[in-house]
Amino acid sequence: MTTEDKVIDIIAEQLGVDKANINRNTDIANDLGADSLDIAELLIEFEEQFDIDIDEENAQNISTVGQVIDQIQAELDKDSTDK
Amino acid sequence: MKRRVVITGFGLVTPLGCRVDQVWYHICNGDSGVNTIADECFTVFRSRIAGQCLDFNIDDYIPSKDAKKIERFTQFALASSMDAVKHSGLEIPKEAPENIAVIIGCGVGGLGEIERQQDKLRDSGPNRVSPYTIPKIMLNAAAGHVSMYYGITGPTYGIATACASANNAMIDAYKMIRDGDASCAITGGTESAVTQLGIAGFCSMRALSERNDAPQVASRPFDKNRDGFVIGEGGGILIFEDLEHAKRRGATIWGEVLGYGISSDASHITQPDKEGIHAARAMKDTLRTAGLRPEQIDYINAHGTSTILGDIAETAAIKRSFGDWAYRVPISSTKSEIGHLLGGSGGVELIFSLLTIRDGVIPPTINLEEPDPLCDLDFTPNVAREKKVDRIMSNSFGFGGHNACIAVGRFQD
Repeated sequence: MTTEDKVIDIIAEQLGVDKANINRNTDIANDLGADSLDIAELLIEFEEQFDIDIDEENAQNISTVGQVIDQIQAELDKDSTDK
Repeated sequence: MKRRVVITGFGLVTPLGCRVDQVWYHICNGDSGVNTIADECFTVFRSRIAGQCLDFNIDDYIPSKDAKKIERFTQFALASSMDAVKHSGLEIPKEAPENIAVIIGCGVGGLGEIERQQDKLRDSGPNRVSPYTIPKIMLNAAAGHVSMYYGITGPTYGIATACASANNAMIDAYKMIRDGDASCAITGGTESAVTQLGIAGFCSMRALSERNDAPQVASRPFDKNRDGFVIGEGGGILIFEDLEHAKRRGATIWGEVLGYGISSDASHITQPDKEGIHAARAMKDTLRTAGLRPEQIDYINAHGTSTILGDIAETAAIKRSFGDWAYRVPISSTKSEIGHLLGGSGGVELIFSLLTIRDGVIPPTINLEEPDPLCDLDFTPNVAREKKVDRIMSNSFGFGGHNACIAVGRFQD
């Protein structure tokens, strides 16, 4: 499963929305109705499922699904470079 | 002018089910809702039995994406409120939402979520603790979520007086409507403390029955061989309403709130005053504020938890407040059937009391085989009894020394 598929699965599950309504351009707050608590919970879910830590500063700048995917991919790549 | 306050609807979640008439049938039939806790982690616990709401399914009420953001006690409160509002026929969007109050009691809040997030904190560190931790564990979340579900903007708050929480909540709701601060109230109590921490804590106090081999006879209020209470979970919510408001909309009236009494033992954080002096004062005040003589009370729904000290203290308090009538008035503890719902108990028990008035049936205290000589009143042992009942008193006493009693009567215009 690609990072993109997995991110979309997690968002769909957490927010109770249809996967078909989520793509890279979807805005998590404005399009999916997530509030600040939902987004904080989502970030924790991403961290757990991908076994990464999302940088607090970068987390503040996330609004679209595409940005989430890119951020997570960057963390994953960083981890593999570290190793 | 003080307004009259009536009860126009109710809903509940209990170990004997979530539909009022089904639960009432089982209560009057003397059926027990107490069972062994299935979760294997409880095998090392001294007490492994509870009244669990195994039939409850929050998905019958709200979408699961919303349900997972609220703790079980709040789910009970919301589901009971939805059933109560439906039962009352109250159309909340049409009513002025600022004139409705939501006052819901809860003893300990979200113990289950505290446990889950403490595990998370220990295993994965502080940054993995859920942002929903605080909004899930706070016991006022029950009232908060009910207000949000309906868009109610009147007075909304939680009340914590341990096992007396629901009665205190309902007394506040009564006063608020009586004094004209609200036209209606969604009120009662809820609890979900059948968790490892909840049971371990009560076990260490030696407060719980350890009759693990016979769960259905473990809750035995006023019986000589009782050995503690059986923990239960659930909630009971009622719609309190200004009489004129209820009449205007043609609501069915199930009873009228007549009076209340509140006092404190001020002696020990968990043990009741053995002589029941202050519990008796709460009962006397209930009679006084209701303008009733003792013999006008036809039934007492006792607190009757099945603890050694509590049942003796309540018996003493009833004698102290009711005099000779104490020996003649039918009394029972419906905790014998469903266990002790802690902060939820008063709500559920007031619903049972209204049904007692409706049907003329006194529910039994089951498992009362050999009465404790110190509990020598008519506790309606084992079998329901037919009797016309016009006025009842419902008692609740909580850790902390809280005593809260409420009187309700058949509505007469």
